[in-house]
Amino acid sequence: MIPGTFDYHRPTTVESAVALLLQLGEDARPLAGGHSLIPLMKTRLAAPEHLVDLGAIEGLHRVERIGDDVVIGAMTTQHSVINSSLLADLVPILRETALVIADPQIRYKGTIGGNCANGDPGNDMPALMQCLGASYTLTGTGGNRQVSARDFYLGAYETALAPGEILTEIRIPIPPTGHGYGYEKLKRKVGDYATAAAAVVITMAAGTCTSASIGLTNVSETPLWAAEAARILVGSTLDVATVDAAVAAAEAITTPASDMRGPAEYRTKMAGVMLRRALGRARVRATV
Amino acid sequence: MNEQVKIDIDRAERTEKLQGMGCKRKRVEDIRFTQGKGSYVDDLKLPGMLFGDFVRSPHAHARIVSIDTTRAKALPGVIAVLTAADLKPLGLHYMPTLAGDVQAVLAEEKVLFQNQEVAFVIAEDRYIASDATELVDVVYEALPCIVDPFKAMLPDAPILREDIKDKMIGAHGPRKHPNHIFEWQIGDKQATDEVFAHADVTIKEMLVDHRTHPSPLETCQSVASFDKVKGELTLWGTFQAPHVIRTVVSLISGLPEHKIHVIAPDIGGGFGNKVGAYAGYVCSVVGSIVLGVPVKWVEDRMENLSTTSFARDYHMTTELAATKEGKILGMRVHVLADHGAFDACADPSKWPAGFMNICTGSYDIPVAHLAVDGVYTNKASGGVAYRCSFRVTEAVFAIERAIEVLAQKLGMDAAELRIKNFIKAEQFPYHSALGWEYDSGDYHTAMKKAMDAIGYTALRAEQAEKREAFKRGETRELMGIGISFFTEIVGAGPAKNCDILGIAMFDSAEIRIHPTGSVIARMGTKSQGQGHETTYAQIIATELGIPADDIMIEEGNTDTAPYGLGTYGSRSTPVAGAATAVAARKIKAKAQMIAAHMLEVHEGDLEWDIDRFRVKGLPEKFKTMKEIAWSAYNAPPPNLEPGLEAVNYYEPPNMTYPFGAYFCVMDIDVDTGVAKTRRFYALDDCGTRINPMIIEGQVHGGLTEAFACAMGQEIRYDEMGNVMGASFMDFFLPTAVETPKWETDFTVTPSPHHPIGAKGVGESPHVGGVPCFSNAVNDAYAFLDAGHIQMPHDAWRLWKVGERLGLHG
Repeated sequence: MIPGTFDYHRPTTVESAVALLLQLGEDARPLAGGHSLIPLMKTRLAAPEHLVDLGAIEGLHRVERIGDDVVIGAMTTQHSVINSSLLADLVPILRETALVIADPQIRYKGTIGGNCANGDPGNDMPALMQCLGASYTLTGTGGNRQVSARDFYLGAYETALAPGEILTEIRIPIPPTGHGYGYEKLKRKVGDYATAAAAVVITMAAGTCTSASIGLTNVSETPLWAAEAARILVGSTLDVATVDAAVAAAEAITTPASDMRGPAEYRTKMAGVMLRRALGRARVRATV
Repeated sequence: MNEQVKIDIDRAERTEKLQGMGCKRKRVEDIRFTQGKGSYVDDLKLPGMLFGDFVRSPHAHARIVSIDTTRAKALPGVIAVLTAADLKPLGLHYMPTLAGDVQAVLAEEKVLFQNQEVAFVIAEDRYIASDATELVDVVYEALPCIVDPFKAMLPDAPILREDIKDKMIGAHGPRKHPNHIFEWQIGDKQATDEVFAHADVTIKEMLVDHRTHPSPLETCQSVASFDKVKGELTLWGTFQAPHVIRTVVSLISGLPEHKIHVIAPDIGGGFGNKVGAYAGYVCSVVGSIVLGVPVKWVEDRMENLSTTSFARDYHMTTELAATKEGKILGMRVHVLADHGAFDACADPSKWPAGFMNICTGSYDIPVAHLAVDGVYTNKASGGVAYRCSFRVTEAVFAIERAIEVLAQKLGMDAAELRIKNFIKAEQFPYHSALGWEYDSGDYHTAMKKAMDAIGYTALRAEQAEKREAFKRGETRELMGIGISFFTEIVGAGPAKNCDILGIAMFDSAEIRIHPTGSVIARMGTKSQGQGHETTYAQIIATELGIPADDIMIEEGNTDTAPYGLGTYGSRSTPVAGAATAVAARKIKAKAQMIAAHMLEVHEGDLEWDIDRFRVKGLPEKFKTMKEIAWSAYNAPPPNLEPGLEAVNYYEPPNMTYPFGAYFCVMDIDVDTGVAKTRRFYALDDCGTRINPMIIEGQVHGGLTEAFACAMGQEIRYDEMGNVMGASFMDFFLPTAVETPKWETDFTVTPSPHHPIGAKGVGESPHVGGVPCFSNAVNDAYAFLDAGHIQMPHDAWRLWKVGERLGLHG
């Protein structure tokens, strides 16, 4: 529980942060809220020699609507996500998800960008971003590039971030008015990562599901976008047989680890149960 | 207003002013705790103080081929690196355990559990010490390990303790195998076997009370400071029993006991974890003696959970024999006890399985037999009493689960079966089949009060309806009703059967009244959060008529406090609380002589009235204790020495036997295995109640720990002996969100042998709570013929039960 030695840097611009990260190379890690990285450092599972704190960079803590997107600065805390009326109106599933992350103290420090960029399969936001079709703005020496959340995660703690790149903002296409949503998370206690969790966004018309998107948390090395399960739902009335088939399709793509949360078979089944419950809530919320 | 009313009001006001026994007095220690002004071991900063950290074994069982400290010693800031080779010439590479075994301080030839201490780095700061542990190069040769205690005594099992492999007589008799520690038997085997051979109904169930950990918020830690000029050692530490630590340090270091000053400052929870002696204490002492400067050792959370004393790990084959009408005729229990790599149980020395023989519980069981086999495995050592008297949680779990299994086999209601077999109020003092003398109890009254309060009959009716609805597919929830009626045995204990390393388990109080009537009192116990500074003062307030606010309580400094055996096993109130009352009564007797002299009457003409002695029949002629105190110093009667103080070393004539009736209502989501506690009602009878608010706090805390143990808290090992989940990420420490709401209640059946009739309460809720939760879970699935479901009842395990029973479609 005693971290190794490291140097601490606190740049004030994205450019200087990028330059620092590039210059310091693999021994450096960007620091956002720190609530994933610092516990790893305390157990020396991570031992970066340099921490580049992004906290003093202006403009990374913001939520705004730009056209048909909502744009969230990477250093926006989970606490700010929860308290944003803009998000509550336009993408309410963000608030529902942020509220089941950790506890109020951690949400006050933890950031949405850190949650998305760290590549920890236990984090809740990545699967939600895949569900919402969000894209990440990655800033490097050559400027910005956009990468879809669905393409960003390569493995546990492995992402599309190139050396020196920083995830600076998240762009979320605003779901249609009247959409139904639900984020359902099973955890052992407050502060725990999910045993399994599911994010669901659907639209309904005349009792028929017209679109669906599903993300699954912590049941593989990466967050999972359950495209096939969602495809099965579209065009149905969300009848029992269809939902059963979608749940089976979602369960089929999971590859969870066995850990103290339970054996793999349990976590796969819980992904199914969470999906079923999230879908149930989404359906109730959807304006038909 | 008539005269009598005036007198009554005056007496009520004077009583209230004392804040004595029965008063919900606010905890005086909380003034500093709630402001962050407590003073814990880690708050100590001494000039020149160095910091120690351990190199720990990654293997569960391995031979140490070599240890090279060169690189570590070369790191700037590192002062010394201790290994077994350094301790061996001092005879300190092993230390004695409380259970008559020895325990490695630093591993010599072998490591026997993961994270075992191998070397101790001493450096200028905590970070350098930690960095240097990574620079100690240890070469291991891995050996096959034993994780499953049932494999420990197989003929071809690897021998773990090579240091004692030829010593076939252990501290508690013959050993049957090199990995066997002891066999302990009690009761009438022949008569018990006879009853079982002929009984109408018998049940037999393997009940596992799994391995867990007391996990106090403050970990174990020490600061040792050796003064080379004076030859004196001062040792601050997280000690539940500071005086015993002083004696042990003297015995193993050779330093005379008067040159050792042991100080336990504020302690952030103990729950049994801080009773034993640990390698870190020894290494900080050795480091300070060798280097002549203070050395601090502070355990981190993972070290705490994975190395210092675990609790439980009892595998109890439990049998009951009964008539078909439900009268229990006999009990037979065999325990396989997993003690880990060393026998470091913190029990009174003659009791290798603690007070496991309280396992006949609250029932009049004519014959019983208990046998316990302790074995070594490649796990951390310990087996401490986690918020309970020695092995009492295990014992109560055995009887309270077994009686439910019997009820199911008989087709009887579990509450009714208990009532049918209760020891009756008129049978006290009751001699149990396994050798205890229960001091007092009124179980029928408590059970009836509890059943009425919870609405037992209505709950069973609701459950029957819900079960039908479940069968019809209308709900996916199962409702369970848990019952536990426990009898504890606390307050160790009488010298005839309780000692620690030969030191009888008395306790002590020294009370000194100052001339102005305020008081300092010191006890041999040590609070770790129990609120002693508040409650001991209340006992003195009532006994001596001095306001509790004028009484200061001190514990934990062995230079000033009288010798005592410390705080664990709910012994503070039963033993030191008794010493406090007796010492106060000695003072009161002297005060009466002084008052008689002051009032110029005969002693026999005086009577005690709340805070004063008054002349019988002349209530206006009196002397308050405050006035008496002044006279005691300045104008004592002729031939009476001045001063007003007393000390008492109290050796209890018997244990005390608190009891209680607990009920739990639980709803379980079959599809996820998540269990939700709807209600939990706890009726406790701890005899005389000193501070109802503190009792309620103790009950809340104990129930929360019981909830944790039953519902998910565990220390698990994989097949390689890797300790799993030794951090708060996985180790289940419930937050306020998970913790159920508690309903508390009480009856009062005083202990007949205790000076104030008090029995102790801190551990009852834990002891009674664990089986109550487990019974609720088991009851939820009982109608599906699930069989006994082992703890811990976390969600995935309950889901597996549903899977086994085909409940998931």
